[in-house]
Amino acid sequence: MKKVIIKKQDVEEMISYAREKLPQEACGLIAGSDYGDERVIEKVYYLTNIDASNEHFSLEPKEQLQAVKDMRARGLKPIGNWHSHPESPSRPSQEDKRLAYDSKASYLILSLMEKEAVLNSFHVENGETEKESLEILNR
Amino acid sequence: MYITVSGNKKEVKNGLTLPELIELENVEMPDYVTVSVNDEFLDADKKAGTVLKDGDNVEFLYFMGGGC
Repeated sequence: MKKVIIKKQDVEEMISYAREKLPQEACGLIAGSDYGDERVIEKVYYLTNIDASNEHFSLEPKEQLQAVKDMRARGLKPIGNWHSHPESPSRPSQEDKRLAYDSKASYLILSLMEKEAVLNSFHVENGETEKESLEILNR
Repeated sequence: MYITVSGNKKEVKNGLTLPELIELENVEMPDYVTVSVNDEFLDADKKAGTVLKDGDNVEFLYFMGGGC
């Protein structure tokens, strides 16, 4: 199981962005590098949720393509995606599991249902989910 | 001819079709993949009939979505 590392500033920006998008789900991509069992998130991308819904998200394909090109230009690897759960816990829903096609990806879920936001990272494979260790760096 | 696939330049046979490229690239679950050629997204029903040309730039993007 991978240990996923993300900067505190990125988490704070993600929370702030997701709160601005309420009541809709916010979403995006994450990019970075793998170092053995450690996965470092070096950039968070904020993409339009074309479902414009509080219960579903789909990334806007043109923005997705631009983000992938930007990752390539920066020498980063696409390592997964993130989305918010405005009114539910930070765990993959049935739909999240069904649409998690990449078993190599990390899926970050940010719950805003309580006053304090909760962020977790998950590995999804064959419909089974496993919570990944998530370290938030104070820098 | 040469085409670029996901940022990598490759030599392929002339007249390569998109379904042949999908097979060559071992694209998993192609039904869930959006394809762009030269930054233009292809409708799903056009994937099968697309013939690639020299210099084409092809990208494969997995649909990404979920619920709550």
